[in-house]
Amino acid sequence: MKRIISCTVQNRGGVLNRITGMFSKRHFNIESITVGESEAEGLAKMTFVVNVEDENKLEQLTKQLHKQIDVVKVSDITEKSIVARELALVKVAAGSQVRAEIQGIIAPFRGTVVDVSKETMTIQVTGKTDKVDAFITLLKPYGIKEIARTGVTALLRGQQVKPHLAEVSTFTI
Amino acid sequence: MAVKASQRSEVGKEFVTGADLLIEALVEAEVEKVFGYPGGAVLPIYDAMFRHDFPFEHILCRHEQGSIHAAEGYARVTGKPGVVLATSGPGATNLITGITDAMMDSLPLVIITGQVAQGVIGTDAFQEADVMGLTTPITKYNYQVHDARELPRIINEAFYIATTGRPGPVLIDIPKNISAEMTFANTDNTINLPGYQPTVEPNVMQLQKLVHLLEEAERPILLAGAGVLLADGADLLLQFAERHELPVVNTLLGLGSFPGEHELFLGMGGMHGTYTANMAIYEADLLINIGARFDDRLTGKVANFAPGAKVVHIDIDPAEIGKIIRTEVPIVADAKKALQALLEMDVKKPQISEWLTKLMASKVNNPYWYNRNDETISPQWLIEQMHEASDGKAIITTDVGQHQMWAAQFYLFNNPHNWVTSGGLGTMGFGLPAAIGAQLGRPDDLVISIVGDGGFQMTIQELAVISERKLPIKIFIINNEALGMVRQWQEEFHGERYSSSLFTQNPDFLKLAEGYGIKSVLVHKEKDVPAVLEEVFDYDGPVLVDFRIDWKEKVMPMVAPGKGINEMVGVKP
Repeated sequence: MKRIISCTVQNRGGVLNRITGMFSKRHFNIESITVGESEAEGLAKMTFVVNVEDENKLEQLTKQLHKQIDVVKVSDITEKSIVARELALVKVAAGSQVRAEIQGIIAPFRGTVVDVSKETMTIQVTGKTDKVDAFITLLKPYGIKEIARTGVTALLRGQQVKPHLAEVSTFTI
Repeated sequence: MAVKASQRSEVGKEFVTGADLLIEALVEAEVEKVFGYPGGAVLPIYDAMFRHDFPFEHILCRHEQGSIHAAEGYARVTGKPGVVLATSGPGATNLITGITDAMMDSLPLVIITGQVAQGVIGTDAFQEADVMGLTTPITKYNYQVHDARELPRIINEAFYIATTGRPGPVLIDIPKNISAEMTFANTDNTINLPGYQPTVEPNVMQLQKLVHLLEEAERPILLAGAGVLLADGADLLLQFAERHELPVVNTLLGLGSFPGEHELFLGMGGMHGTYTANMAIYEADLLINIGARFDDRLTGKVANFAPGAKVVHIDIDPAEIGKIIRTEVPIVADAKKALQALLEMDVKKPQISEWLTKLMASKVNNPYWYNRNDETISPQWLIEQMHEASDGKAIITTDVGQHQMWAAQFYLFNNPHNWVTSGGLGTMGFGLPAAIGAQLGRPDDLVISIVGDGGFQMTIQELAVISERKLPIKIFIINNEALGMVRQWQEEFHGERYSSSLFTQNPDFLKLAEGYGIKSVLVHKEKDVPAVLEEVFDYDGPVLVDFRIDWKEKVMPMVAPGKGINEMVGVKP
């Protein structure tokens, strides 16, 4: 099952290595990691999407994260009300004949064309993982040259109502 | 560069080298002994020690692995952190086995390694190794110092992390320019570890659940691990077990946390544990684990481990709870604090006389056993003789293998903190250097290093330290001219194909000892053993005894790999 784990860490050298090393040593499967500075000085926020077999593995994973000296806080936010987003840059073959057609795909996804060359277009799209996936699927027939994805980053919503499963609709829980 | 401690600048600010800051921080941490080996990248540190007139004792082992195992032995018998100093590159990489060993067995160590100067880090400089990368997975925490003024804080944090919570090794990598160059004196060592707050006090609600289960239990047992020893809680464990008449099983590393000759003691559990301990675990309806981590050598096949028991697990490391065995009552706490709290609670004594009678009968009917042979020395009997001659009060260090298991089985520890063995990592070559650290830490106690002829040869160079310091360690080689445990497994599980496990040539251990200036004795026959032991224990100095045993001797009984704890073979017929 996929889970989103949010982690506040001390922003010290080697902290990412410590955590990915721990994941690898204990055979935890990470689908994506995002890292960046947080609102507090000296603290960074990491968001992991992990794929674990069962509740026991999940418990072990969060405990091992907690055990890291640099880790200040660990939360499994999968079932919380959250906003989860990722960004993708997609370079697609786009000769003059198909440009208008591709524009028609970009619009409903609120993508942005960030680079155009004679033969290609690069489009930036942000959103939930399944939206990004759908966008890529639609572009595939035109010939995708390159893709770069950031992985999911997430925050709790300001107000926690009932479990807001929409954000993780593609995840089996 | 030329360095002088405490030069005064024109404006009156004190200048010192980074190495001076390090030495002062170690003194501040009340370090008494440092186990080390010099080299290029730590020259400024060795120079500072010299200029400070050695404010702590420096023990020059003959290999960095010897230094770190000695520090582990010191930590194990004193409860104080062991301090290790090594140079960059090979100095640091030679420590890797010891660091991993300390990590697996939760020993508090502070390890200082030199590093090449900051300007050349990352250029594959002479004696450069990525020590941070190498040691991140095998330390509780590690630091590379970026500014000399951080040293007081880092050293203070390192000792704090190493000795609190679940103890472990902490490494500090110091580039040479940091230890060599002048900097402003700085004594601010304020700890800044917002992510590190170990839980020490038990949750009372959880303890009440434990008490409730205990009151209702019909077949309870206590499983005590090294956590009890690390928390210094052996006396409280004894009180708790005696008050409620609870049978006690030890893990390998927990030996000594409960008196070995106590009637409530069922012995060690696990692969080479007693039949009674293992069957008690198998049949128990309540298992209270205090400070043990359910290692696979203890549990055997997990499905057969305490299948009918409710499990209570008291551990200072929350990640150990539920890792291997499903747990009904998790209690994150220091073992001593938990036992203290339990002793203060009202508990209705469980009615378990039937269970106790059964276990006591099993102890009588299924003890450890062995065949006596008049010709050769039975190793099990030999350990019993050592126990008798030392009143069960010696500090025992071992290597890994058959002799280790015989020592664990037959040397019944009457005191805590006397058992020094490599459990988790199973490190051959551990016993001899560990004995050096143990003897230096407890100079008035008898230290016996029981080693095999294989492991002994892995760290044999440390005889030099024993000799030069006249450490009165008794080195007992249980010599079967083989890698006995490997050979035993080849006999049992690999069709008696003794692939690379029989030595065709051993050195003359007596002459070797003689070469180091150490007294030595060869013993072939059982009838000579009592007199030799008496003579050796009376002698005030190091002695090496080469005890020859039959290479076909085996450690029994046994839970074969993959089998359940209830499926022991080789139990007394």
